[in-house]
Amino acid sequence: MGADAITSRANSKIAGAVGTAVPHDSARLHATGRAAYTDDIPEPRDVLHLAVGMSAKPHARIRRIDLAAVISAPGVVAVMTAADIPGENNCGPVVHDDPILAPGLVQYVGQAVFSVAAGSVDQARRAVRLAKIEYEALDPILDIRKAIAAKSFVLPTQKIERGDSKSAIANAAHRLNGSATLGGQDQFYLEGQIAMALPAEDGDLFVYSSTQHPGEIQLLVAEATGKTLKDVIVECRRMGGAFGGKESQPALIACIAALMAQKTGRACKLRLDRDTDMIMTGKRHDFVVDYEVGFNERGRIEGIEFMFASRCGMSVDLSGAINDRAMFHCDNAYFLDNVTIVSHRCKTNTVSNTAFRGFGGPQGMFGIELVVDDIARHLGVDPLEVRRENFYGIGERDTTQYRQKVEDNIIHEIVDELVRTSDYRKRVAKVREFNQASPVLKRGIALTPVKFGISFTATHLNQAGALLHVYTDGTVHLNHGGTEMGQGLFTKVAQVVANELQIDIDRIKITASDTSKVPNASATAASSGSDMNGKAAQIAAKKIKDRLTEFAANHFSVTELDVVFGNNEVRAGNNTVSFAELVRLAWFSRISLSATGFYRTPKINYDRATFSGRPFFYFAYGAAVSEVIIDTLTGEHRLTRVDILHDCGASLNPAIDMGQIQGGFIQGVGWLTSEELWWNAEGELKTHAPSTYKIPACSDVPEDFRVRMLESSPNREETIYRSKAVGEPPLMLSLSVFHAIRDAVASVSNNTRRPRLDSPATPEAVLNAVTEQQVSE
Amino acid sequence: MSARDLDVPVQRRSMRFILDGEVVEIENVDPNRTVLQYLREDLRRCGTKEGCAEGDCGACTVVVVDRDVSGKRLRVRAVNSCIQFLPTLDGKELLTVESLSTDGELHPTQKALVDCHGSQCGFCTPGFVMSLFALHKNNADPTRREIDEALAGNLCRCTGYSPIVEAARVMYADELQSKCWLGQSRSSTVGADEQSRIVALNSIDTDVPLCIEGHGRKFFAPRELDHFADLVALHPDATILSGGTDVGLWVTKQQRDLPIIIYTGNVAGLNECLVDDGYLDIGAAVSLTDAMPLIIENYPTLEELFVRFASPPIRNAGTLGGNIANGSPIGDSMPALIVLETEVVLRTGGSTRSVALNDFYLAYQRTALRPGEFIERIRIPLPVEGEQVQSYKISKRFDQDISAVCGAYRLQLADGKVEKIGVAYGGMAAIPSRASLCEQSLMGQEWSEASVSRAMQALDKDFSPISDMRSSSQYRRNVCRNLLRRFYLETSASVIERVYSIGR
Ligand SMILES: Cc1cc2nc3c(=O)[nH]c(=O)nc-3n(C[C@H](O)[C@H](O)[C@H](O)COP(=O)(O)OP(=O)(O)OC[C@H]3O[C@@H](n4cnc5c(N)ncnc54)[C@H](O)[C@@H]3O)c2cc1C
Ligand code: FES
Ligand code: FES
Repeated sequence: MGADAITSRANSKIAGAVGTAVPHDSARLHATGRAAYTDDIPEPRDVLHLAVGMSAKPHARIRRIDLAAVISAPGVVAVMTAADIPGENNCGPVVHDDPILAPGLVQYVGQAVFSVAAGSVDQARRAVRLAKIEYEALDPILDIRKAIAAKSFVLPTQKIERGDSKSAIANAAHRLNGSATLGGQDQFYLEGQIAMALPAEDGDLFVYSSTQHPGEIQLLVAEATGKTLKDVIVECRRMGGAFGGKESQPALIACIAALMAQKTGRACKLRLDRDTDMIMTGKRHDFVVDYEVGFNERGRIEGIEFMFASRCGMSVDLSGAINDRAMFHCDNAYFLDNVTIVSHRCKTNTVSNTAFRGFGGPQGMFGIELVVDDIARHLGVDPLEVRRENFYGIGERDTTQYRQKVEDNIIHEIVDELVRTSDYRKRVAKVREFNQASPVLKRGIALTPVKFGISFTATHLNQAGALLHVYTDGTVHLNHGGTEMGQGLFTKVAQVVANELQIDIDRIKITASDTSKVPNASATAASSGSDMNGKAAQIAAKKIKDRLTEFAANHFSVTELDVVFGNNEVRAGNNTVSFAELVRLAWFSRISLSATGFYRTPKINYDRATFSGRPFFYFAYGAAVSEVIIDTLTGEHRLTRVDILHDCGASLNPAIDMGQIQGGFIQGVGWLTSEELWWNAEGELKTHAPSTYKIPACSDVPEDFRVRMLESSPNREETIYRSKAVGEPPLMLSLSVFHAIRDAVASVSNNTRRPRLDSPATPEAVLNAVTEQQVSE
Repeated sequence: MSARDLDVPVQRRSMRFILDGEVVEIENVDPNRTVLQYLREDLRRCGTKEGCAEGDCGACTVVVVDRDVSGKRLRVRAVNSCIQFLPTLDGKELLTVESLSTDGELHPTQKALVDCHGSQCGFCTPGFVMSLFALHKNNADPTRREIDEALAGNLCRCTGYSPIVEAARVMYADELQSKCWLGQSRSSTVGADEQSRIVALNSIDTDVPLCIEGHGRKFFAPRELDHFADLVALHPDATILSGGTDVGLWVTKQQRDLPIIIYTGNVAGLNECLVDDGYLDIGAAVSLTDAMPLIIENYPTLEELFVRFASPPIRNAGTLGGNIANGSPIGDSMPALIVLETEVVLRTGGSTRSVALNDFYLAYQRTALRPGEFIERIRIPLPVEGEQVQSYKISKRFDQDISAVCGAYRLQLADGKVEKIGVAYGGMAAIPSRASLCEQSLMGQEWSEASVSRAMQALDKDFSPISDMRSSSQYRRNVCRNLLRRFYLETSASVIERVYSIGR
């Protein structure tokens, strides 16, 4: 394909062709309030509403659960505890260590202990409060450092080693060590977790779930209810945001709903309120990072050792792959020659942490960007010079610490262009000038790069399926294993099909993800949704197109080469018929008009035991320059200007990709500045609603926000129309904001000291860092 | 039972409001039911979403239309349906996202959001539509900053807001706009559409007070101040409801049961602001939105404080009276009002008394209000020539956040010496309070670096703040001191800008 795909996209006259900025397929429904989310689906008349009783202790044995008052509360129909689960009491996706309802031991505040079904949401929630649970308290481990000291891990510690970091550091001209803590992040999808389970005949279950992974809901519901996969169907038309928070977490919600539906024989809906959602479900892992580095006088890293430790919480969940990805991304765009990376996966008595856009990658990158910035401050040079000094080379210095050759490196071009278009040099000088004259307010500026590996690191997950029906009127029903969470996947895949069949996009019905249509699908995650499902749908469309081509050649007595699809028509030699007409003719001649497509990502192979191979099909790149101003009296800060240049390959839909870049970036800014998760000494999360947990608001987005996509830069790998995945990478562009704040803080000591700034850089964290700079003056 | 209560001959048992041009009349509503529950659960009108049930995310934003004090113009206001109790809609018009597009044609606000790619997951979108709709009704040509302010109560986790801001601009360009009726602030004349809406509202208006009983709970919405006073005296355990931006959360977040609610919103005497006898005199039920312009006009330096107070939908419902009565240690209006020597007029039955706001707070969430007593008015002295007033709010996010620390200052100098000083803080103690030692240390002193440094140290003795999710006690101490220093810098020669306003 390749070259001809690119020409065919340019020539397309159809509406919604690949590469055009068609709006999100649901945009009109969103804006009129007619888009149906799980809670909007009409409820069966006898629906029951559920609520969940949660543990009040971080670590305790349950002595007694007294639900008498709950059962007799108004409207209550049934209650359920661990003892009532007929199948396996587990919703853990990888390791079976995540009970649906706590079986006697509670391991975090907020863990589900029992569920209640009642006639209304209000009745269920009021009833839950009436439970009496007696606990026998056990010692909790609530933070990472304590967990390391106690060797409390959910999984064994991992290590990647290349070369001899010890002696490289010892022999280097300069050495530094440092550490930082990096807070977690709640996904804060606007639509909370929800599922509705409907009992069907013969004990089967139909589950509506707001999930990125219907197949896993199907599996875990089947296991919990003692059924097999064939007995359960899971459907999801759309989610009101997910960001990784609906990869493994919805299983708990769906299992509770399904179990109660099984028990009562009635439809059961569980919708978590915001507080319960934030207390009970997992978030981005918080990390501590320690490093030791040796480097030369130009700042080139000669040897480096990292210790990453993350708070995984009480169970494994997806922590293995997340922490692996942190290890894979602690190089970011830099070549690390002699390197040792140690990764601890800490078990704590807090909620089990989970996927969130970037999936460990952001935390790994945070580590290396910290090192590079520290080196620059130590040497007294512009951090950008140190960054460039360490970039992966082209044809040399190009192998990652996990032995994948970086073959598609474009970071040099991106950074060069961005330095130019953002006027970086002049602005650095201006910032210095401003700071000289301004004792209270200080400005800071930073450029940071992103290189992000695309594919699931677990090779087997890199597969996708699609199902395509063409009806006799020439309209198309499209289904695939991906899910729609707002990222525009459904639109992009429909564009691919429109392009293949050369029909307008409004001839294609986009349909809900459904385990009975496309089986065994992977989660829509790892940014790979459009890469994989786009390909699978393309393959399905090509099958049908091939059949139609063959048919048309026969029917019109021309060669297959003379059959051309274009602009809702098909030309066969001198005959031109509409697509619909050809379809009708084909149906009449008993040609199959339905096809499946299956795709597996090529080239990848990777050995988890040695951490080596090619986990990633390709890399996505980008860079950002951010400028901030801070108040050294209060630590308050504002982002005043952002310039981004990001690589989407040959974009399938520039409007949707732009949305991913802007939205991902701002989400990252929240992670690094205002979104603080705060637990008290009793292990209770106290920031569990938007009143206390602050994601960016409109005014946090700078007026001067210049985002561009890298032009004429098709993916060097043969991806769907040479596009690149864009879901996760832009989030990490926000590291530029964190480093701009560091830059402003460093100006307090006239750039003579490395700032010690933890993330999130709340006003408090910034003021602490400023104060430390002043003390050392 | 008081004589006057029995005097009231008729009370209405059913509430009425307008939806999609139709009068909706409901009997026996549960007074603890929210507008959002009514829309989603009873009507299954599901365009309006729940994202938090605490007024903080905007997914539930709807627009409420009613007549202003004159009765001749409309007020078009976005509010959070998740914390508004249903009976507060009585006598008003409700617009939801479904109300906007007629015959499948998109309203210009909706069209702009589609054209600018302003939705991704779309869950926040109906709320943004309604906030933008209200903006369009009230502001002819908003600046970026006014757009930010209008959207301060709407969170979007997907888009990063840029396309939504663009839509806010594009919706004005749409020629269809000419067909849309405009709000009071946008046109000096009453258009036909506005007129017909006023007529419709008049048609459901009545002087008969509302008294609803449903699900074992009562909701009184008296019209006359005397009647209100009697009801409060008669039901000392009742919950007085103003905007409900605190009270609503007791129900939606804590599942509390409020058996008797007495609503201030329809009480004629509580709904006006005036300048009287050297005071800004603000009725307890005046919304923050309506009280703000008067306060800012007299104290322009307090603009940032009020613009950063919650969000437009919260300010449209919430009142200054509610903020004061609620008595939270982190309420934003109190430090400023304390240094301005504000008085609150309290009333029980027929008798009133005036209490200095500074003496109103007794202990954590305990005020001077006696059983059966309520706040009738808030009286803020008019500015004094030559004095300087300032208030600073410190929070993790600039917009729609609760203060970690809020400081307020009032200074009168004579010959470079401090003749009068007021310093008060929220977030530093169990109640909003003056910093007496700090004030003492400054009285009569030179307004200088040296005396301000001493006063900063005195602040350490004034307060022992706590650590919580908003900040550590140490940060509170540091920033409390530094804000005094900022006030000094701003009032002495070396003016500093605040980061809040830079870059926009
Ligand atoms: C999302 C959100 C953001 C917020 N942001 C801020 C903020 O930035 N700063 C801030 O200070 N507050 C904030 N608040 C809190 C709240 O909005 C304010 O306290 C508001 O002023 C309360 O007014 P209200 O009319 O809504 O009070 P209500 O909720 O109606 O009442 C509050 C309390 O006052 C009592 N009360 C009301 N009126 C009277 C009266 N006339 N006499 C006696 N008692 C009375 C009630 O019984 C109740 O105890 C926020 C709230 C929300 C939900
Ligand atoms: S639901 Fe969040 S503000 Fe109402
Ligand atoms: S579009 Fe998803 S929250 Fe705004």
